[in-house]
Amino acid sequence: MFAIVGTVPDQDFPLAVGEVLLVNGVIRIEGKSVPVNRGTPALLAAAIKTCEVLDQPVPFGYVVGDIGQGDGSRRLYEYLTRNLGKCDPQSKAGADLNTITFHYLQPDVDWHNRVLFAVDGMAQRPVLIADAGFMYAAKMSGQSAKYDLFTPDAGELAFLADEEAPHPFYTRGFILHEEGQIPELIARAYEHKNASRYLLVKGKRDYVANRQGIQATIDSPLEEVMEAMGGTGDTLTGIVAALIEAGVEVKEAAIVAARVNRLAGHYAKPTPASQVMEIIQHIPRALEEILNENGGIREKTFAC
Amino acid sequence: MSFLNIFKRKESKVSSGRQNSDRGILVFENTSEVIRAENVLKKKGWKIRVMGPPPEIRSGCDLVIEIPLIEELNILRTLEKAGVQPLEMVPVSSPLLQPVNLFQNKDFGKYLMIRAANMKLTVDKETMKIVNISGGGCPDVPYLAQEMVGKSLSEAPSPREIGHTLCGYALQLAYEETGRKCSL
Repeated sequence: MFAIVGTVPDQDFPLAVGEVLLVNGVIRIEGKSVPVNRGTPALLAAAIKTCEVLDQPVPFGYVVGDIGQGDGSRRLYEYLTRNLGKCDPQSKAGADLNTITFHYLQPDVDWHNRVLFAVDGMAQRPVLIADAGFMYAAKMSGQSAKYDLFTPDAGELAFLADEEAPHPFYTRGFILHEEGQIPELIARAYEHKNASRYLLVKGKRDYVANRQGIQATIDSPLEEVMEAMGGTGDTLTGIVAALIEAGVEVKEAAIVAARVNRLAGHYAKPTPASQVMEIIQHIPRALEEILNENGGIREKTFAC
Repeated sequence: MSFLNIFKRKESKVSSGRQNSDRGILVFENTSEVIRAENVLKKKGWKIRVMGPPPEIRSGCDLVIEIPLIEELNILRTLEKAGVQPLEMVPVSSPLLQPVNLFQNKDFGKYLMIRAANMKLTVDKETMKIVNISGGGCPDVPYLAQEMVGKSLSEAPSPREIGHTLCGYALQLAYEETGRKCSL
């Protein structure tokens, strides 16, 4: 089972824990609905679409409403510290998490550390993925190396590379957020121990890297307008999380996810005004195409 | 507590490095403003502390207010309403840090995308409608997008009004820069 932890932009959305479904373009959890625009709902929707193709169980969600005041995030953090790795009393699930993806949460170093402490207490350590606000908190805490995968964009990579910056907003000016600087930024992030075991850097060209250096780059097909679209990074994180849960090794999963996300974007023929659901609906076609390539991961990973 | 003690406590706090990297300090014109601000913020329930300023940012006052950095926008709005605004805000971990102040533009023909720090805002140049918001990682980003996308720059609420975090603050800068670019 794999968990996705994040927030939705609805102040009144209660803390919901359970299996997540995608019904008519709307995320449903514990009988509650939220539209898929960007953020954690987009990540969940992409993960569900990936699971459909892989014939895997849907993700287990830990979701709460938060519009930036941090109240929802703190309630969720508190819940996680008490219950992570234990069976949720209501859904009767959540005890056997193999992969956890932390996403849009109010960055809070103290709560991050408490959650990581709860992870350390789990019977079996899950694969840990972090993106968005929780990745910021992970970096601020100095514990990035405990994660298996971060999925930053160029601006967030610059933040990881700046050992002094407490948030991307304060990345120092001499650390340029330019695409051409990405190899240097990756090296600097690892040098200062502010990177996870693997990095999947999303952008005009996607990079998969680890401490040894850049392991792969993916640059086609290219739809430049995806940079302007909210949620296209979230879909990438959702796809890679589902692939890892399905048993694909982190590096391979990152490469495949980058290819799938780009191909789904290509099929959507987006403009800068397109919304992310237009891409999500093409994920199954893109994933099928890549899985069925000769020597692709379907044969290597999913062969019976 | 004497000012000397305040400074001693401050020194040990700064030297602890990463433990404080989610804190920021508000610098005011004078001590009375610090106290006014402290009263306003404590009444509103913010977890803040009055501290001695590090030497690098002394600007004539003896005190600063330490705040949770992520709540900066909310706290600044509270102070603005109360009529007591700080001179500047800097992170505790490195007093010399400044917010990103470079903008990047990408012209997609009909559309213009402006990036400030980690936030990107895209408008239709003809209608001035906000068509997309991307980037960022704080929970107000999806909320800001929900409230702003599909509205014109003049109709949409500004991130300063409804945002709460540093990502919201960055989006405000992109929003202002977009307004400047589109009015040229």
